Amino acid sequence: MTDVSQQIQPPLDPVEPAALTEKPRNQWLDVWDQFRSHKGAMAGLIFLIFITLFCAFGPLIWDVDPGKLDIRNKDVRPIYTVLWDGDAKVSWARPMGTDHLGRDIMANLMQGGRISLAVGWTAMVLAILIGTLVGVLAGYFRRLDWGLMRFTDLVLSLPILPLLLVMMLLFRDPLRAAFGPETGIFILIVTGIGITSWMQTARIVRGDVMALKEREFVLAARSIGTPPRRMITRHVLPNVLSPIMVSATLGLATAIITESALSFLGLGFPSDFPTWGKILFDSVDRMVAFPERVLWPGLAISLTVLAVNYIGDGLRDALDPRIRGM
Amino acid sequence: MLNYTIRRLVLSIPTLLFIALVIFLLLELAPGDPMGQMPLTIPDDVKQRMREALGLGEPWYTRFYLWLYQFFIVEPQYWIDGIFGTNFADGAQRIISFQSRSPVFDTIAERLPQTLWVVGMSYVVGVAIALPIGIISAYKQYSVFDQAGTFVSMIGFSVPPFFSGVLVIVIFSVQLGWLPSIYDTTHQVVDWETFKFQLQQMIMPVMVLALQTTAQVSRYMRASMLDNLGQDYVRTARAKGMSESVVVMRHVLRNSMIPVVTVIALGIPSIFGGAIITEQVFKVNGLGQLLILALQGADIPMVMTITFLLAVLIVLMNLIADILYGVLDPRIRYD
Amino acid sequence: MKLKTALMGAVATVAVAQMAYADAHEGERGRDGEVKIIYWQAPSILNPYLSGGTKDIESASLMLEPLARYNASGELTPWLVDEVPTVSNGGVSEDLTSITWNITPGIVWSDGTPFTSADVKFTYEYCTDPESGCAQLTKFDGVTSVETPDDLTVVVNFGQPTPFPYGPFVGGESPILQAAQFADCMGAKAPECTDENFGPIGTGPFVVTEFRTNDVIQMVANENYRDPNKPAFASVTFKGGGDATAAGRAVMETGEFDYAWNLQLAPDVIAQMQEGGLGMPVAGFGPLVERIMLNNTNPDPSLSDEERSVIRPHPFLGDPAVYKAMSMAIDRPLLVEIGYGQAGKVTCNWVPAPAAVNSDTFTCDVQDIDGANAMLDEAGYLDTDGDGVRETPDGVPMSILYQTSTNAVRQDFQALIKEWWSMIGIETELRNIDASVFFGGDPGSPDTFQKFYADVEMYANTFNGTDPQTYLGNGLCDKAPSPATQWQGENISRFCMEEYDALHAQLTTTADADERASIARQLNDMMVENGGMIPLVHRGRLSAHANSLGGIDLNVWDSELWNIADWYRTGDNR
Repeated sequence: MTDVSQQIQPPLDPVEPAALTEKPRNQWLDVWDQFRSHKGAMAGLIFLIFITLFCAFGPLIWDVDPGKLDIRNKDVRPIYTVLWDGDAKVSWARPMGTDHLGRDIMANLMQGGRISLAVGWTAMVLAILIGTLVGVLAGYFRRLDWGLMRFTDLVLSLPILPLLLVMMLLFRDPLRAAFGPETGIFILIVTGIGITSWMQTARIVRGDVMALKEREFVLAARSIGTPPRRMITRHVLPNVLSPIMVSATLGLATAIITESALSFLGLGFPSDFPTWGKILFDSVDRMVAFPERVLWPGLAISLTVLAVNYIGDGLRDALDPRIRGM
Repeated sequence: MLNYTIRRLVLSIPTLLFIALVIFLLLELAPGDPMGQMPLTIPDDVKQRMREALGLGEPWYTRFYLWLYQFFIVEPQYWIDGIFGTNFADGAQRIISFQSRSPVFDTIAERLPQTLWVVGMSYVVGVAIALPIGIISAYKQYSVFDQAGTFVSMIGFSVPPFFSGVLVIVIFSVQLGWLPSIYDTTHQVVDWETFKFQLQQMIMPVMVLALQTTAQVSRYMRASMLDNLGQDYVRTARAKGMSESVVVMRHVLRNSMIPVVTVIALGIPSIFGGAIITEQVFKVNGLGQLLILALQGADIPMVMTITFLLAVLIVLMNLIADILYGVLDPRIRYD
Repeated sequence: MKLKTALMGAVATVAVAQMAYADAHEGERGRDGEVKIIYWQAPSILNPYLSGGTKDIESASLMLEPLARYNASGELTPWLVDEVPTVSNGGVSEDLTSITWNITPGIVWSDGTPFTSADVKFTYEYCTDPESGCAQLTKFDGVTSVETPDDLTVVVNFGQPTPFPYGPFVGGESPILQAAQFADCMGAKAPECTDENFGPIGTGPFVVTEFRTNDVIQMVANENYRDPNKPAFASVTFKGGGDATAAGRAVMETGEFDYAWNLQLAPDVIAQMQEGGLGMPVAGFGPLVERIMLNNTNPDPSLSDEERSVIRPHPFLGDPAVYKAMSMAIDRPLLVEIGYGQAGKVTCNWVPAPAAVNSDTFTCDVQDIDGANAMLDEAGYLDTDGDGVRETPDGVPMSILYQTSTNAVRQDFQALIKEWWSMIGIETELRNIDASVFFGGDPGSPDTFQKFYADVEMYANTFNGTDPQTYLGNGLCDKAPSPATQWQGENISRFCMEEYDALHAQLTTTADADERASIARQLNDMMVENGGMIPLVHRGRLSAHANSLGGIDLNVWDSELWNIADWYRTGDNR
């Protein structure tokens, strides 16, 4: 175990702990060093960078149009199928095969990944921001608590499907006129998912904040006159980081999957915009004959979520000064 | 605490009325129409007359008032009549579904058993698995158990049930032929054999659903335990010579429960909301299927009643969670 | 007999048509135990007059029966009567204003009371009550009165000569209700009669024992059914819910169910299921046509609500060169192969069935991209700015919005057609809308198919029975939806032609069947030729049954379960 001076609760307020050490070292470097030592987090980060590059720049190298139909070459199997089935219909031009309309699966995975990742991240960030804000405010300021929590109850009670239908009705055409059909629908979906999934985060953060508020170090900080704004950013937020990280990881998965459920209900992207969730959904009926069509999008979603989870773990450890000092 | 509880309960009445109003207006505003499911061979003027027969010709506030009246006055009268054999209701109009033209509450009561069997059971199973996994994972952070737990729960959470459900059906019903792929809602458990059948038809949907619950609850449990294991009071307790099990199970666990209680409390109303996709995949036809069919059919009385009951549960459960915070951490005070 | 049964089982397992044995299969009522039916759309009510949904009408047809119905080949067949009245047998009056039905003596309701003309008359009164909101009101269009000279005679009088008097009490949509049971359920009280609506007493082969709305129906054989040896099954479990894939799997792959209704699945998925070896699909063709409607008005979003999809013409879709080129660019055989397989046929017609009204004027089974391009070039639609999209002579780019309801096959069609149209220089934006909104007819929503705030839209439509007169009326000018009618109306493409209206008026007064068919063909040709729609696929109904189930005769003109009294178990291979 380390010595007591480093065990004292988070950065000891105005007096920077850096002043205590001989050499002022950038604390973010410490964070990075700690993060680097977390194997899972590094693997996750590498995978996430890989999948992001794959989706973002893959289409530049693999420049097959994902929407291009090639009906003569439909139902091509992935190239590795040859390993156990010499008669399989494969083609080097279609390394991951084609779907039932002859669309290239690799190109679709790339294009789908762009949308899924963008939707997942944006919706998740939106939900976490709203959730954390509402949660901290409600937990910290007692007079806001009742109002904010009853508002949370209200949003929790609203049936999502009609809510999205109403959003579509009110905003689709203005957004389409302002941003074009793709960006317009993107904004709509991301907002829809974001504003319907922040409530759990808000309730969890509030609960933790209420407990934290009564801890000794917070009382101590308050007794020396720390203003609320500083209390929240310095003392409260760092200590509720880990549930927020968990919410973020779960939120990313939820957002990616919700998007596919929305397309299924006709509220999502138009049918010529592939997303991972939608590729997966469309392929379930043909799962036995063409397992690759569910395998690849399914893996892409799962591994992305897993990667984000490990990164979250690593970050949490790295940001926790109690562990970092070790 | 008692004062607080009573005040909250009283205040939840206007809250719930407001929620009811918002839901009603939302449903009013949403596109969709009870005639949407009718075949195109029925001409529009006939559809218009059918709408009027459903009472849709009235303005929205009249219909909202009627719903409130039926929900809070007429329906309780029927329950009292049902229990005591009285006749308060006197044939007053109950809340009638647009789709089936039958009392909404009868249908909800019909759906409760399978919803509780499947969704409720999966929740219990999920939470029961999740708590130990979360605790052990945190206590033995980065052990093999923790790694495996993380891996399985994250994969489980990120695979949507429309895929995992069909996958288990293909494996266990089609290929192996062990389990039925279609849930029999009329099945009655009377003896060992029928109980066995009930288990067989439940196991797939329960497991698919439990995986989601387990993943969520165990992640929060783990994260919260980790936060607390590093706290000063843990070292103090150990220094005092308390046994490890007492430290972990009594002190750390208790202090880690706040986020977990929140998540569990938020999950309970969703049991009664049913699991829409999983119910559809396994044909459980519980409350989730009822709600989605009602939504698709713009069956406003049905949607309104179910969502309002859910709202009541949400408000109640969040109240219970708030009270539990105070029990778990007496420093949290509301008065 | 034992050997024969065993043999039959063997035959059934190799999925050879077991229909030939139908006659050999006789016996007492209830001999074959239970039959399990799955409809992926769950029935919500068993009263066809309160719900027009196919699922409700077909499930009710196990109890409730009409006086006459269509058989699998679309011919009228007497059901509770001795014969179908016609002018030649004197059942229909010479002036075509009344029809007389003679009920077969001895028919009783499932509660044992006699079935009489009073029940028939009651049914008419029940549906036409102004407050009942009856879904089948059109069945009684033009009826002025129903008379009951005696217990077994029903006379239906029409206000004017009605060349096709087989609307009331014919077909699964218009069965007879028992007067005694529904007497207190008239008009505004109709929805309160839950017990009656959930368990109607009928003359049919089965009786409801338990009804759970949107879930499951349990039925047992009707003790009082008119044929003492039918039905072969003692009970029916009628499960609803899920999706078409799961229903198909339950019949063909796991064998949990015996009959699955309306499997709208891609042909390769059906074929894969069939490899399960426990069941097989059957298909039948009614007049259902998947088509692309062409907007004859201008759907420009910059127009106000009063003008959008109201003022004519469309900037370019009205030009024959444009819509003909769009039609030529479509590879219909491929659409059939991808989307419907054995449950689809190429069609160039709006009304492809019955056979007599199927016009042979057009051919459209060969895709002709070059021809389409040439046609557009010639008509002056050229890509002047080199962006791959043609412009009209006035400089309007040929970009269209193509909407449809959400459904896997329709989305595949959208993708294919978008591709083909891009080959002829027409740019397409796709939109798919939740079916409950698209077909919902809510005047507040911009996304209903009636509002048609798009250039083209795709859906399927059909008509009940075999007479297309009302259906052809969907092309009349005054049926166009507009703000004045709260966007209600059946003329979705806003097609409008004086000659068409005149010819349709002539159809309503023509009695001769051949003459009627000829007019119907001409109306069909006018609509297609003049840019009302682009017909794509003549869609059939595809259902699946277990190999061990015999007696199936798929009927697309009436309830699919119309002959369930004749179903039987072929062997013991279950």
